[in-house]
Amino acid sequence: MFSRMPFWPDAASTTASQVDALYLFLVMVSAIMTALIFTTLVVFAVRFRKQRGQSAEQIEGSHTLEITWSVLPFTVFLSFFVWGAVIFFQERTPPQDATEVYTVAKQWMWKFEHAEGQREINELHVPTGRDVKMIMTSQDVIHSFYVPAFRIKQDVLPGRYTTAWFRATKPGTYHLFCSQYCGTQHSGMIGWVIVMDPRDYQAWMATGGGNQPMTATGQSLFAQFGCATCHRSDTQGRGPSLAGLYNNPVLLEDGRTVVADENYIRESILQLGAKVVKGFKPIMPTFQGQLSDEQLNALVAYVKSLGQPAAEAQPSAAGMVTAAQ
Amino acid sequence: MATAVPVNLGERESYLNAGYGFKSWLLTRDHKRIAMLYLLSITFFFFIGGIFALLIRLELLTPSGDLVQADTYNKLFTMHGQIMVFFFLIPAVPAVLGNFLIPIMIGARDLAFPRINLLSWYFYISGGLLMIYTILAGGVDTGWTFYTPLSTEFLKTNVVTAIFGIFLAGFSSILTGLNFIVTIHRMRAPGMTWNRLPLFVWAHYATSIIQVLGTPVVAITLVLVALERLLHLGIFDPSLGGDPLLFQHLFWFYSHPAVYIMILPGMGIVSEIVCCFSRKRIFGYQAMAVAVLGIAVLGFLVWAHHMFVAGISVYSALIFSLLSYFVALPSAVKVFNWTATMYKGSITYQTPMLYAFGFIGLFTIGGLTGLFLACLGMDVHVHDTYFVVAHFHYVMVGGMVVAYLGGMHFWWPKISGRMYPEAWGKLAALIVFIGFNLTFFPQFILGYMGMPRRYHAYPPEFQILNVLSTAGATILAVGYLLPMVYFVWSMRYGPPAPANPWNAAGLEWQVPSPPPTANFEEQPVVTWEAYNYAELGELPENQEVPVVR
Repeated sequence: MFSRMPFWPDAASTTASQVDALYLFLVMVSAIMTALIFTTLVVFAVRFRKQRGQSAEQIEGSHTLEITWSVLPFTVFLSFFVWGAVIFFQERTPPQDATEVYTVAKQWMWKFEHAEGQREINELHVPTGRDVKMIMTSQDVIHSFYVPAFRIKQDVLPGRYTTAWFRATKPGTYHLFCSQYCGTQHSGMIGWVIVMDPRDYQAWMATGGGNQPMTATGQSLFAQFGCATCHRSDTQGRGPSLAGLYNNPVLLEDGRTVVADENYIRESILQLGAKVVKGFKPIMPTFQGQLSDEQLNALVAYVKSLGQPAAEAQPSAAGMVTAAQ
Repeated sequence: MATAVPVNLGERESYLNAGYGFKSWLLTRDHKRIAMLYLLSITFFFFIGGIFALLIRLELLTPSGDLVQADTYNKLFTMHGQIMVFFFLIPAVPAVLGNFLIPIMIGARDLAFPRINLLSWYFYISGGLLMIYTILAGGVDTGWTFYTPLSTEFLKTNVVTAIFGIFLAGFSSILTGLNFIVTIHRMRAPGMTWNRLPLFVWAHYATSIIQVLGTPVVAITLVLVALERLLHLGIFDPSLGGDPLLFQHLFWFYSHPAVYIMILPGMGIVSEIVCCFSRKRIFGYQAMAVAVLGIAVLGFLVWAHHMFVAGISVYSALIFSLLSYFVALPSAVKVFNWTATMYKGSITYQTPMLYAFGFIGLFTIGGLTGLFLACLGMDVHVHDTYFVVAHFHYVMVGGMVVAYLGGMHFWWPKISGRMYPEAWGKLAALIVFIGFNLTFFPQFILGYMGMPRRYHAYPPEFQILNVLSTAGATILAVGYLLPMVYFVWSMRYGPPAPANPWNAAGLEWQVPSPPPTANFEEQPVVTWEAYNYAELGELPENQEVPVVR
């Protein structure tokens, strides 16, 4: 809407136009308030300048006025809060069926792996009109995934996942910045987000060739590390069954209930005994230091796929059990 | 009522001529002399920090990183931030003007603990020397925020010496705050009730509470960073089982209130100036006093608004966003009450008043843009961009530094015993105002366009606004150099100042300029309200006073 205005950033996501509208509202309200205060100041400064034969009139103050001019602006400001909170809530709630891109940030580059297995460095290709969820972690320090044209930003932390999502609306090439200071080449940790028509995107996806989906990579890792020995699809294993785990509540040994999100799965692989499922013992070996972030991502993607609409994933998990045995 | 008494600098004893040797300054327990030690040291650090700022702006004149290397640039913005925040902004008003004026304003001979006051300066200067050593030994590039695990595990620079420099400066700040709290409670003259305290004193009281309660947290946190760096304890580093966000919580628990340490004393100054040059009592004295205390208390409850995109939960983000809006309540009271104070006043436009106008305007913009950042959906986009840089500088430079300069002009006759050249003062105030806005306003636009902060090189579409900003910075530098020059000049050539050149309210104007070491010959007894301008009448027409040579 404002893209032709000078000094206005590209707007290329569904969030962008919402943030722009909010920004305009904030600018307008602030401009009105600033104008009011400045005008009053100037008028008072001129009108009540020192004049011969006139002296200042002493005024005590007025609680009524004070309450008025603090509470009235405050209620206006609360509209900022509500509007901002609504947009934030959307930004932090990725749609369930979003396409997933796993991201590993490191000094000073961005590594992306699409769920389909396509890998990229410092470039991220996405189609228009599809929700894309970024599942991000860092290999070293804190970075931040910032695409101004999408108006989204999320710090990327070592040792855990953070997520962000967007739905691109306009084909084009947009800046990707690291916005959290991360050392010497911080300003070089930049890249491009290339938004394509779905058809072009399909064509681009096809050019990679020979990529296997992350779930498949995860599946072979699952077998390679012997996970299936205990995490059987029936309830007889020494570890809890992973079928249908993702996004569902898990009752823990200490009585807490947590939702099994990406971070839960990641932590359970790496940290023995961090969150033990009720009825099981913390006997799993730790995989801390044995898996690269990319391998971990693939495993997480695979575990998430287990018991999803069923049919394809579950039989293969069962298949793995037999293979492992 | 105080009247302008001709002064004879040659004969009258004052704190300035109470002794001349190094020892008489370095071992002094006089709060006024300690204030002068602070004045010299913070001015020194202001210029060091300012030189770094100019180098940053010069680098950003062109999109490519061509003036300095990336590592050098990172060190420049790190040390600019650390020096300006910890060695200039935090001590500037409390340790200089507060130190000098609070005892006189409440009718005391000195602060409650003169030796601790001197000790605080030694802590400060030791910390400062460690920072200078850090710079000379190659600098530090953590960013002033020391985010982990970057600062603990990855950088090879002098992180530990910088931390202990800041640690020492922190203790100086704690001691100053402690001294003020006890002094304001215990040393007020008979009749100087809490309801008669100048708002400058109230502002410092609120500031001191934050200094005493908040600073120990950042001190401990920075020590933990140093220990983690040296011993790899695993407090903040996730690869050792630590939590990097814990650092951010601890750091901002102090560092958000710290911005109120920096701005509240400035608000105190503006209250004094606006009343004096409007010839009016303050509009709503009680509300103004409650507002500074309210800001100090609420300031402790909003720290995580620095962390909306850091990975905290949606719900804690919502709570911290909402709480941040509550700070707007007392801030709005302050701005509107200053404005209302001018209503039906008899306003003159001396240099301090020009700075006060500047403060109210720039603080308004700084405050309102703060609401953008407290707004969750908005903050996600502009967080860690130049929008934040601009907002922060509107409050810290447009607010705090402008107030500090206003205060320095207002009380310079009292401090030095000389008048500064008024025309030059007005010119410098105008230059500061123009230079400041040209430097920092374009940065709001840059921020919304998406230019991240702490970037050594940037995409070419951001260049025009960066050129404007750099041009503004050079103008601003001139605005800062001018007062330096004419203040020094006035110490020798300025006309001697009477006790009360502005015919202003307040005990500090009833003692000679410059004050004698003991401040008061007799114990003053206060029988009047603060800002009793009804009794004082008009500003003297002509500031020239007969001089006895």
